[in-house]
Amino acid sequence: MSITVPNTKRAKQAAKGPYGHLGTVLNELDDRLGVAEGGRSFMDKIFPDHWSFMLGEIALYSFVVIMVTGVFLTLYYIPSQALVTYHGSYLPLDGMRVTEAFASTVNLSFAVRAGLLMRQMHHWSCDIFIGSMVVHMARVFFTGAFRKPRELNWSIGLTLLTLAIVNGFLGYSLPDDLVSGTGIRIAYSIVLSIPLVGTYLGFFAFGGNFPGTSVIPRFFIMHVLIVPGIMLGLVGAHMFLLYRQKHTQFPGEGRTEKNVVGSPMFPVFMAKTTGFLLLVTGVTALLGAFAQINPIWQFGPYEASRISYAVQPDWYMAFLDGMLRIFPAWSFHSFGYTIPFEVTIPAVIFPGLLFGVAYAWPTLERLFTKDNEMHNLLDRPSNRPKRTAAGAAVLAMLSTLFLASSTDVIANFFHISLTTVLWSMRVLVLVSPFVAYPITYKICKEMQGIKGGGKRKTPNVVTRTEEGEYLASSAPVYVDDLPSELEPTEVPRYITSPPKEPDVAEPGARIVER
Amino acid sequence: MSDVHESRTPVTLSGLPEDDPHLQPAANDPRQVERVIAVTFALGLLLVAGFGACYWIAAPPWTLGATMGGGLTLLGVGLVAWGKYLMPAGPFVEERHSHASSPEARDALAAAIVQRGGSVVKRRKLLGGLLTGGLGIFGIVAIFPLLRSLGPLPKGTLFHTDWRKGTYAVDSTGRRVQVGDLAVGSIVTVYPEGLENSDRGQAVDQTVLVRISNENFTTQKGRETWGPMGYLAYSKVCTHLGCPVGLYEQELQLLVCPCHQSMFNVTNGAIPQFGPAPRPLPQLPLYVDASGYIRAQADYNQPVGPGFWERG
Repeated sequence: MSITVPNTKRAKQAAKGPYGHLGTVLNELDDRLGVAEGGRSFMDKIFPDHWSFMLGEIALYSFVVIMVTGVFLTLYYIPSQALVTYHGSYLPLDGMRVTEAFASTVNLSFAVRAGLLMRQMHHWSCDIFIGSMVVHMARVFFTGAFRKPRELNWSIGLTLLTLAIVNGFLGYSLPDDLVSGTGIRIAYSIVLSIPLVGTYLGFFAFGGNFPGTSVIPRFFIMHVLIVPGIMLGLVGAHMFLLYRQKHTQFPGEGRTEKNVVGSPMFPVFMAKTTGFLLLVTGVTALLGAFAQINPIWQFGPYEASRISYAVQPDWYMAFLDGMLRIFPAWSFHSFGYTIPFEVTIPAVIFPGLLFGVAYAWPTLERLFTKDNEMHNLLDRPSNRPKRTAAGAAVLAMLSTLFLASSTDVIANFFHISLTTVLWSMRVLVLVSPFVAYPITYKICKEMQGIKGGGKRKTPNVVTRTEEGEYLASSAPVYVDDLPSELEPTEVPRYITSPPKEPDVAEPGARIVER
Repeated sequence: MSDVHESRTPVTLSGLPEDDPHLQPAANDPRQVERVIAVTFALGLLLVAGFGACYWIAAPPWTLGATMGGGLTLLGVGLVAWGKYLMPAGPFVEERHSHASSPEARDALAAAIVQRGGSVVKRRKLLGGLLTGGLGIFGIVAIFPLLRSLGPLPKGTLFHTDWRKGTYAVDSTGRRVQVGDLAVGSIVTVYPEGLENSDRGQAVDQTVLVRISNENFTTQKGRETWGPMGYLAYSKVCTHLGCPVGLYEQELQLLVCPCHQSMFNVTNGAIPQFGPAPRPLPQLPLYVDASGYIRAQADYNQPVGPGFWERG
């Protein structure tokens, strides 16, 4: 008897077991960590398919792009307010006294290979990040995905949005250019406007009266470490809760509160979501290549006594700027104290209320509807007219505030007086929510009344009888419309069982023998 | 035996036979789709390689973004299409299990906390109280250095500027402004001499000097001597949010803040005529000395800039 040594390819494979090298590695891993069971259930995890579920993915992947490009930028950016004389490749600025922060930002844009691309991608992905978060949040709101058991994840998401806005502001302040410096000046004044503690907060945050000496280094460490650190943790928590509680789904054939219908993690969802990561990165890179953003060398370095005309902040700050522009000059002076209501109300109290109501919404809705059930099936927005109308009212108000942040540009462009624009904006901001609410409510009610609303229309078949009478009857429902992913449970099911036509192949259908 | 409708009913993934229609690709003609995706991938691959080449030869920045962005977009589109059309069409179903534990398990947890914890803490009330007190006090006092070390106390900083009796007004290059320097209708930003390049000089002391006539000009009662030879000086810090009031509308004699469009009438003491600013810009009393230099009579008689609690 001799020991059989596997000498053929097949024999070697047989000796390793049916799964080859990978199988061996997995076995070794499982010996130590026990990955087999959990790993399998992870691979089999079902993700519901709906286009609106990808909005959160855009946010997640632009966050990834922000972090990667941001790390690149930290290698070249110098967070210092020390003055240097600029001698770089951008000639119009040559010989100017600028801060190191400004000089290093210009240098990393022009002297570092791919630096400009990385900087523009960083800025663009931030705008996309916050934009997709807002749209994702609107999706979650209008479909009722925030209801029990997901209230905690709603709060985490809202905190992420707040932190993203704060970090966006901190980030675009860092180049210390003329535009962002004015933004910091405004932020300082807003802090000052807080009653009782405002001056102290301002002096502590800035290390003294504006501009202070520590703004740039402090903003830098907040921007690259503290805020993103918290956000990274919260994104992890957001994902973990999503994984643990499983994704919501729209009602439809075979879908219940107690199951999830869709595609498995591996390979379908993994392929789609990885592709989407590449897509988001690619689009950001294209924007970074072709759409100039924040050209600080054109604005010049910050000097507190200089200013530029027709300057707007990044889009996500615009609603605050609009509110500051249209709010009347109501200042409170009494008892030896001043409350600058013209700043406190639009820039502190208003955003506080807005986010406060958003945090409280799941609780408020539970109190009003007395609905304490678990909800894994989503609402069609038209089936919750009051919620949808309330959301539309808030969006209408925020949109008009967004417009109000460019009163001067509007007046200039349309050649109308600034007074007219200002007063129209004041009226629009106050009136728009009260217009949006009833209109949305009415539309929702109308949509509820339409049988099969939201589905594709089927053609009418017109027939002529022998007597010459014309009759119209609707054609059968499209086969593709059968798993009606938008169909709410409340609407009567008019397709209860699919027509059975054994052995007759419909066009495009495949008959598979089992 | 199954037909198209049955194949669209969700099934459980595990244990499905390999020829189940749910595991077939969603595309009607997978070969065709595969060819399209292959072309997409190939183009993406070329562009991504092109990114490397562009980087290597230090091509202009837009080529870097175009190759990288185009390449990744194509690879991404291809991969999404692969997942959507060529992978198992499904749909698959998975049960959702309640996370809620049994009543016994809940009681057991509550009991562990309440009974076990209670027996330890309630018996040692003194220790518990002292420990809570110590940690609580630390929690409060720990805030002190965290906050207070960050900056100085405001004290009177916000109430005065660096203008004094006799301070020369200089422009941004440090040149003293003389009475003949400005034509009627023109403006210049001035600073207290010696501070034109300092942060504080630029942020706090910045002052707009505007000449609106050739004679002494009175903006308000009690300011009869403040505007010698038609020179008026106003704080350049907007009383709304502190932006520099940098625009001058010559015909209407308005100082305009570009941030939120507050407008101040220079002829009546910069009373706000439009916009969200609540107060006039403070006026700096001026005099022309024997040599013809513009100088300050005193500091501003009120705090400059936006409002704050202690302003009064």
